[in-house]
Amino acid sequence: MNMKGWRFKRSSILPGFGLTLGLSVLYLSMIVLIPLSGLFLKTATISWPRFWQTVTDPRAIASYKLTFGAAFAGAIVKAIFGFVVAWTLVRYPFRGRRILDAVVDLPFALPTAVSGIALTALYAQNGWIGRLLEPFGIKAAFSPLGVAIALTFIGLPFVVRTLQPAIEDLDSGVEEAAMTLGASRFQTFRQVILPFILPASLTGFAMAFARALGEYGSVVFISGNMPMRTEISSLLIIAKLEQYDYPGATSIAIVMLVSSFLMLFTINLLQWWFSRRLGKGTA
Amino acid sequence: MQAGHRDPRWLRVLLISVTLLFLGLFLFLPLITVFLEALRKGLGAYFASFNDPAARSAIFLTLLTAGISVPCNLVFGLAASWAIAKFDFKGKNILITLIDLPFAVSPVISGLIFVLMFGAQGWFGPWLTAHNLHIIFAVPGIVLATIFITFPFVAREIIPLMQEQDTDEEYAAISLGASGWQTFWRVTLPNVKWALLYGVVLCNARAMGEFGAVSVVSGHIRGKTNTMPLHVEILYNEYNFVAAFAVASLLALLALVTLAAKTALEARMRSTSHALETVEETLV
Repeated sequence: MNMKGWRFKRSSILPGFGLTLGLSVLYLSMIVLIPLSGLFLKTATISWPRFWQTVTDPRAIASYKLTFGAAFAGAIVKAIFGFVVAWTLVRYPFRGRRILDAVVDLPFALPTAVSGIALTALYAQNGWIGRLLEPFGIKAAFSPLGVAIALTFIGLPFVVRTLQPAIEDLDSGVEEAAMTLGASRFQTFRQVILPFILPASLTGFAMAFARALGEYGSVVFISGNMPMRTEISSLLIIAKLEQYDYPGATSIAIVMLVSSFLMLFTINLLQWWFSRRLGKGTA
Repeated sequence: MQAGHRDPRWLRVLLISVTLLFLGLFLFLPLITVFLEALRKGLGAYFASFNDPAARSAIFLTLLTAGISVPCNLVFGLAASWAIAKFDFKGKNILITLIDLPFAVSPVISGLIFVLMFGAQGWFGPWLTAHNLHIIFAVPGIVLATIFITFPFVAREIIPLMQEQDTDEEYAAISLGASGWQTFWRVTLPNVKWALLYGVVLCNARAMGEFGAVSVVSGHIRGKTNTMPLHVEILYNEYNFVAAFAVASLLALLALVTLAAKTALEARMRSTSHALETVEETLV
């Protein structure tokens, strides 16, 4: 290979490249890369049968089922209501719209422990909402449903914030054309609006789902933390750490980390698809 | 712009109602609950909650943690964005991806990696014990975990903005004899100040509110290694609901201030970028 023309950096008259890049790489390595690789190194010291036994233990399997199931259910609720919220906030001018728009980010800004105790107080049997649900035999707090409720709260901004720009970009001329050509409102929605916003909707769904997989603070209070029934995977990691079972905690953590990396990869693919579609639309 | 007015009235009313109901149920009600539960036994009990030395030490530790981790990530964000946005070098995209990495790691796992490094059974555990140094179940661990969790916040706000603004102004400043520092302080920094502040506001909110990662490394020693969110948990688990919600109400206020600052800064950034575009259009 001819390395003659290869240069690490194109020359520039601006100073400070070595200092700033060096500082960044050093800080990144110390805070993120070295600690994170420690997790993988630790996994390498665990024997395969032991690892497999830990990650397929019935209690672990029950925790994956709950975590993935509740994250998925929450993401579906968000995808549907998130669309309605985003549509209303973009399309309809009404009093208080700007305040509502700002408040959508509340789940990001509110510390998860605060969300957790507030949701528990609301959905517990004597809470405002829990009291209304009880006559129907619905137990919201301290049940898998409670986990799904907390995860819906946490992920809502992802869906709304990814959908809003897509709805803004939606050309209302196309909608009008469809209507003029005799399409019903529902047909216009299904055949014109939905295909256009689908990539954004899926991206928001995937982001909310990925965030929900690792969520801890808002869930521990409302779930009740019963092993096999309402114990999420993050909590199982903590339970193992509290018994000083480091290899066990690491094994479950690797399963969850790899899952969320896979989700991240999916999100990047979706965004790539999204930008390609949008590029085609404007060309 | 406003295409919505062409939708029939019944549809508008229906969708606005669903939005109000959903956001009311999921966002406003939990927020109101925090303040109502905190004030349930009156203002006296509310303020008495802050007289507890454990509550005070939790507030102090939260301020200390944010006070260390936000400036660290701010300096890093500025250094990284200068290197990435002002120079062309190999591996730039890998660096940008790696900066976002902590967002993909869940809070509990973020805490776990530091326990594996510095815990009693960790890689450096024996060495730390031999030298009588404490990182896990002590303040340094809390700060480290918080820095990890809030690592990308500042950098990811200013890197794209600096990349958008080209280097012409910096070249001009250097050609006219300004030093590197002068160029940075007088040219680059003013151009990104709102985005910088935006990143700092978000970084600070997360640093003060982080629960999962800090919970793993803290050890929950009352009055010593409890941040505000951890103190809320302890009080809540002791069925001391008024005190738990009182401390939580401070964090909720912080969240409201954060939202207000965020909205104001977003409006400001939009108007600056709009002004820039108009200037460029008239120049062309």
